Amino acid sequence: MSLLEVSGLSIRYAGEAVVEDVSFSVDEGESVGIVGESGSGKSQTALALLGLLPKQADISGSVKLGGEEIIGATEQALNKLRGRRVGIVFQDTLQALNPYMPIGKQVRQVLLQHELAAGDAADRRVMEMFTRVGLPDPERQFRAYPHQLSGGMRQRVMLASALIAEPDLLIADEPTTALDVTVQAQILELLEDIRDNTALLLITHDLGIVAGRCERMLVFEKGRLVDAGPTTSLFASPGHAHTRALLDVAPRIDRGTFPAPIKTSTILSVEAAEVVYEAGGSAQLRAVIDVDLSLRKGETLAVVGESGSGKSSLVRAILGLIPMHSGRVVYAGEALDGPVETRSIAQKRDFQLVYQDPVAALNPQMRVQSIVGEPLSVHEPSLSSQERIARVITTLQKVGLDDNYLRRYPHQLSGGQAQRVAIARALILEPSVLVCDEAVAALDGSVRAQVLALLRTEQNKTGLSIIFISHDLAVVRSISHRVLVMYMGRLVEFADCEKIFAAPRHPYTRALLDAVPVPDPVVSVIVAPLKGEVGSLLSPPSGCVFHPRCGYAKEICSERAPESRDVGGSRVACHRADDIELTPQHS
Amino acid sequence: MNLAGNRTVAVSSSILLFVTMLAVVGPWISPHEYLTTDFSHILLAPAATNMQFFGTDDLGRDLFVRTMLGIRVTLLIAVVASLVSLVIGVAYGAIAGYVGGRVDAVMMRFVDTLYALPFIFLVILLMVAFESNFFLIFVAIGAINWLDMARIVRGQTLSLREREFVEAARLIGVSTPRIILRHIAPNMLGIVVVYLTLTIPQAILVESFLSFLGLGIQEPQTSLGALVDAGVNQMEGASWMLLIPATLLALILMCFNFLGDGLRDFFDARQK
Repeated sequence: MSLLEVSGLSIRYAGEAVVEDVSFSVDEGESVGIVGESGSGKSQTALALLGLLPKQADISGSVKLGGEEIIGATEQALNKLRGRRVGIVFQDTLQALNPYMPIGKQVRQVLLQHELAAGDAADRRVMEMFTRVGLPDPERQFRAYPHQLSGGMRQRVMLASALIAEPDLLIADEPTTALDVTVQAQILELLEDIRDNTALLLITHDLGIVAGRCERMLVFEKGRLVDAGPTTSLFASPGHAHTRALLDVAPRIDRGTFPAPIKTSTILSVEAAEVVYEAGGSAQLRAVIDVDLSLRKGETLAVVGESGSGKSSLVRAILGLIPMHSGRVVYAGEALDGPVETRSIAQKRDFQLVYQDPVAALNPQMRVQSIVGEPLSVHEPSLSSQERIARVITTLQKVGLDDNYLRRYPHQLSGGQAQRVAIARALILEPSVLVCDEAVAALDGSVRAQVLALLRTEQNKTGLSIIFISHDLAVVRSISHRVLVMYMGRLVEFADCEKIFAAPRHPYTRALLDAVPVPDPVVSVIVAPLKGEVGSLLSPPSGCVFHPRCGYAKEICSERAPESRDVGGSRVACHRADDIELTPQHS
Repeated sequence: MNLAGNRTVAVSSSILLFVTMLAVVGPWISPHEYLTTDFSHILLAPAATNMQFFGTDDLGRDLFVRTMLGIRVTLLIAVVASLVSLVIGVAYGAIAGYVGGRVDAVMMRFVDTLYALPFIFLVILLMVAFESNFFLIFVAIGAINWLDMARIVRGQTLSLREREFVEAARLIGVSTPRIILRHIAPNMLGIVVVYLTLTIPQAILVESFLSFLGLGIQEPQTSLGALVDAGVNQMEGASWMLLIPATLLALILMCFNFLGDGLRDFFDARQK
C-alpha cells in the first residue's frame, strides 16, 4: 500500500471546479514532482492533502495518508497529522513564520505539540536540526526573529520545522521560487540531503527543478491531472500534449543559438554610476558603485545578478526615478540627468519601463484604452480622441490584443494580458529604449515565450534598444546580445552573450550559470556552486566583495578591490581573470 | 456584488431619501406656517385633525412644519459640511501627501494647530464677535470637518504615490496635478466616500449640540437640535415635543452610519 493515496479528488468553489477527479499515489521515501502553470490546481491539491482548504471549498473524493482518511477528518485528527506525519514548506516564509516569536521557539512548538520532546531535550533537538539545515551559529539563531534572517535562511528554518518530527511525507509548495538561483541550488541540495526516508511532494512551475530532483512527476492542467510517470521517461517522450508544450517553452541554459552581437552605434552610455541610499543616521548604503555600461541601437542588454546586486537601482537611476549620486549618463549626445520630471519631453518619450508585476503597474481605476492612451494625451495632445483610440487599437494589435479589451479594467485581465497592456503603454510612443525590469518573471511559461517573441519582433521592426533586467539566465541567454553581471552593486563582468555563457571570465558569472536548473533529467543534477549568501551592503567585505564566497580567492582578493579591465574581449573585475580557466557545466 | 444589492445601503439610503422628500414637500402641503403663533392652540398633542400631525408647541406653532424645517437645516448642514470636507480636505491632503517634504511638513503642522484650538471656545468667540447667524455655524463646522479628511487623504496619498502605476505615469511625463487627479484621487474614492458618510453624522451632532446649548440656530429658525432643546423644557407636559425630533435625529444619524458601514463593505469587497 502506498503512503499517500489520492483518488477522485475534486475541489469546487461555488460550483466552479478548480481540481477535478485527480488520482495519484506517493510511495514511502519517494520523490514526486507536481508541475503546472498558475491556476492548474496544484497548490489547491496540496492544501487538500493537509486539510487546509477554506470552508467554502466543496471537496469530494478521498485522500488517504497511511490508510487514514483526511477528507472530512476532524480538526483534532488533522492536528495530530500535521507536522507529525506530514510536513509542509511554503513559498512565502515571511507569511508562514510568526513575526513575534523567536524561530527556535516556533520550531520547538512542533516537538511540544506532538509530545516528542520537552524542556532542554527539545531545545537540543531544535539546535541539532538547525545545524543540519546549515543555519550558522544555531544557539544565537534560536533566539532570532524571522525578519532578522534572509529569505534563504528562513527557508532553512521552515525545512527544520517541517522535518524535525521526522514525518512520512514532506510537501514543498514552490519552496525556492522567491529565492536567488544560487540559494535555490543550496536549498534543493539540502532538501535532498536531509529528508532521509521522508517522501517528498514537490510542487513547482520550474521543470528544471523537477528534472533534477524528482523520481516521478505529475503534470496538471486546468485542474486535471493530464500526465504522470517517471521523470526521465516523461521528459524523453511526453504522454500528453500539455507536457510537451510545457517542455517546449521551458527556456534552457544549455541549448539554442546565441543572438549575434550587434555592431551599431552606441545610443546610451553610463560612466562611473553611483547610487547611494541613506540608511538611517549617518549610515550609507552604496547600492551601485562605479558601474559603466553602454547600450547600442537595436540591442538587448541584459543586467543580471542576485537580489541586492543593484541592477534595479542602476536602471532606475538612469531613468531618473531615483537620484544618481554621481556618474555621467549620455543619451544621443546629450547629458541625461536629474529626476524624470525635469527632463525634456523628448527624453521622457524615448525611455519607457515595463514592470515585473503588471497588475500593480496599471491603475486599477482606469480602463485599458485610457491606460494605453495616456502617453498620447501627454505627448501628442493635438490628437482627436478618435485618432487616439485608433492608435491605441493599432498598438494593442501589435501586442496581440484586439479591441474587445479597450473597455476592460486591469482586474478583468489575466497576468499575461495585463503585461501586454503594460507593454502596449510603453510602446505606443515608439520609444528608443525600453527597460524591462523582470518583465517576464511573473508569467507562465507559454505566456513568457509569447511576450519574449513580441519584444524581439518589435526590436527587429523598429530598432528598439532593450535593457532587460532578469535573474533568470536561461531567459537572458535566448534574447540578449550582451550581458552585464553585477554583484553587490559592482560590475563583475560585461561581455557578449556568447562569451558570458560559453566562456565566463569571472568565478561569480560561472557560479550563476551553474546554479540554473536545466529541464532535462539527462543533464547531471546540479550541485550548489556557491556557499553562503550575498554579504551586507552596509558593511561589505574588504577587497573584492565576492572573495568570501569565491573558490578561487587568493590573498590579494581580500586586500584590494579589483579594477574592471578588458580580458579577451570581456570586461571583468577579477584579479585572477587571466590565470584561471572557467568552463560552465552546461556550455 | 453591486451597491444596490447591499441591503444596509439600500434600506438606509431609501429612508434618508424619504425623510429628505418629506422635509422638502411637507411644509409646502401643510396649511400651517412655521412662525405663526396661535395662543388658542398651545401644546396640542399630535392629531390628524387640522393636519397637526406632530401637535403644537408652547407658542401654538405647528410642530410638523417646524420639524420638517429642522430636518432641512440639519441636512443642509450635513451637505455643506461634507462638501467642505471633500473639497478642502481632499485637495489639501492630496497635495501635502504627493508633494511631500517641506511643503508636507508645513501644511500638516497648520492642520495640527487648528486641531489644537478648543472648538467650543472658538464657536463662542465667533458668536460674540459677529452676530450669530446661519453662515457662522457652517463656517465653524466646516472648519473642523476638513481636518480629519486631510489627514486621511494625506496618508492614503503617501502610500499610493509609491505604487508602480504612479511611477509609470511619472515616467510617461504626466504632470503632477494630472497624476493627483487621474491616478491618486480615483484610487482613494472608496475610503473618501466612506469617511464622508461618517463625517455627516458628526457634523449633525455638532450642530445639534450647539443648538442645544443655545449657540446654534436662533429662533424663529430651527433645527432638530434646537427642537430637542425646546422639547426638553416641555418634557413633562408635552413629551411629543421631545420624542418626535429626538427620534428623527436618531433615525437620520443611524441611517448615515449604516450607509457608511455598507459602503465600506462594498468597497472592501471590490478591492479583493
